Amino acid sequence: MTRPRTLYEKIWDAHVVEQRPDATCLIFIDRHLVHEVTSPQAFAGLRASGRTVRRPDLTIAVPDHNVPTTPRLDAAGNKLPIADPESAAQLAALEKNAPEFGIRYIDATAPEQGIVHVVGPEQGFSLPGTTIVCGDSHTACHGGIGALAFGIGTSEVEHVLATQTLLLQPSKTMEVRVEGEVGPGVSAKDIILHITGVIGAAGGTGHVIEYTGSAIRALSVEGRLTVSNMAIEGGARAGLIAPDETTFAYLKGRPYAPKGADWDAAVAYWKSLATDPGATYDKSVVIDAADIAPSVTWGTSPEDVVPITGVVPAPESFADPSKQAAAAKSLAYMGLEPGTRMQDVPVENIFIGSCTNSRIEDLRAAAAVIKGRHKADNVKWAIVVPGSGLVKAQAEAEGLDRIFTDAGLEWREPGCSACLAMNPDKVPAGERCASTSNRNFVGRQGPGARTHLVSPAMAAAAAVTGKLTDVRELMA
Amino acid sequence: MTPLDKVEGRAIPFGLKNVDTDVIIPAHWLKTTTREGMGRGAFESLRADPDNLFDSADFKGAPILIAGDNFGCGSSREHAAWALGDLGIRVVIAPSYSDIFSGNAVKNGILPVVLPQAAIDRLMEVATTDPVFVDLEHQTVTTQYQDRFSFEIDPFRKMCLLEGLDEISLTEKSDAAIGAYEKQLDADRPWMRPAA
Repeated sequence: MTRPRTLYEKIWDAHVVEQRPDATCLIFIDRHLVHEVTSPQAFAGLRASGRTVRRPDLTIAVPDHNVPTTPRLDAAGNKLPIADPESAAQLAALEKNAPEFGIRYIDATAPEQGIVHVVGPEQGFSLPGTTIVCGDSHTACHGGIGALAFGIGTSEVEHVLATQTLLLQPSKTMEVRVEGEVGPGVSAKDIILHITGVIGAAGGTGHVIEYTGSAIRALSVEGRLTVSNMAIEGGARAGLIAPDETTFAYLKGRPYAPKGADWDAAVAYWKSLATDPGATYDKSVVIDAADIAPSVTWGTSPEDVVPITGVVPAPESFADPSKQAAAAKSLAYMGLEPGTRMQDVPVENIFIGSCTNSRIEDLRAAAAVIKGRHKADNVKWAIVVPGSGLVKAQAEAEGLDRIFTDAGLEWREPGCSACLAMNPDKVPAGERCASTSNRNFVGRQGPGARTHLVSPAMAAAAAVTGKLTDVRELMA
Repeated sequence: MTPLDKVEGRAIPFGLKNVDTDVIIPAHWLKTTTREGMGRGAFESLRADPDNLFDSADFKGAPILIAGDNFGCGSSREHAAWALGDLGIRVVIAPSYSDIFSGNAVKNGILPVVLPQAAIDRLMEVATTDPVFVDLEHQTVTTQYQDRFSFEIDPFRKMCLLEGLDEISLTEKSDAAIGAYEKQLDADRPWMRPAA
């Protein structure tokens, strides 16, 4: 009888190539996603040392961070140039590096182009029980389908390209169990914002978080990807949700997913991965789903979460002196006074998109709120950015694009967009944005930009009223 | 990578907690295809203040940075480590780090020292006027007073830093083991190869 193991331990054990005497392990990497921003130096390193890519078949490259979300082709179908020379140079480097090293490349103008973390699951390239890495911290996202997935630095990108492995130390395990049913208007995004508020931005540091409980099981794959995506905002390099029938139904038939007899063998294997009864975690947190309200951030750390019905907290309300100092700095940056009702905070910008919330279900949720309504006059800029070309096509087939544009929102091309201020989509200094992205850091959406993280439905509600709004009031 | 053993000098008494990598190096500095010159963008939003610590006469070019809990959280950008290195920082001292940042730091010859908050508080005090001494071989942080703080570090990371090791060359010695793993994987779970 073997020791009961967690989902994380099973995936880890299945990927150990070698264990060194000091507990560092050489771990095999099953899937590698590459984008334009964190790869050029890695490819340059390979070239300088005369190395090749060990397993190009396990690697996909797709540009997402820098691509403008305005049209990429002219009326005649010719590629439009990218105005920013630095972005253009990074995109050109990826376009050159991928074929030179034999890697599959999805061009910015291809129908399946999109944000790496949307493309991976959508293509069936990301699979349960695999190890997945990418030079991007939101790689944690793929944990939503039961993959051990985490962000890596550029030196590690080069290491994986050259050897298809990484030298890693095992993480500790943490369970975040969300039991019960969430109320109306409460989405996967509210669940993960609430969790981040409870455990703190460093609550999962050194750990891999497995999300369990009936509220997690009840989520669609899209919702699970949203939850796991923000594991990193709670300090955990990776999140995990055990694969189940919901996962299998989502993956079946996708281009890179196993087919025929292979599919049956894969499902049998995936079913064996769930955490064994009696397995223990190093740390556990239990959350009652009924306690989760539509949530919003007030500060500049993703742990700065309150229910939309709440108020801006006073720095002195925190016990920890360093948190008091951080909160005071945050409020100064955010231009907020303690005691202000969150629902009284006006917003001038709306961003619906990012690897957290740009899948079809997110767009449907936002469209359901905004349908038949119009954005408020004080909302100057409101964009909807689908996560991939395939999400965009699906949304257009459902007429969602018209719902957004009729309401005065812009319908864009896929990419990371206003999540990270690397492409033309930025929030002006001093202005607020109700954003479905994952980070409210200082300057994240542009120098001086003030970010309030919310769900897609909450972003749509804010677009309609021009201030942070309890979406439940628009759901009559 | 430059080997690292003893580092002594001024330590920037920065002290903030949850310092994210967007603060260490904002995204627009990532639009480059090289690793060089990142120091100019390091802590850009903080250095917009002419009285900032980083550019002060006492701390410009200081080799040590003292920070609060969860240093380097957020983005996986290795540019954060490149930016610190380009500023001249060889050691960061904090109560905790994001997992990705601490790995990136080591790969760039920067030592992330973990010490409890009480030690950080004391070092912050000393650092305002006096230098700090870091000894990786003996795993200590000391001052010219009686302070002596021991820190833990994973032996593999310690070896990499002391010897300035290139991890890829090290892993290439395991080529046969990787090949054997791949062969076994193809036998056990052939469906793991992408179908298309």
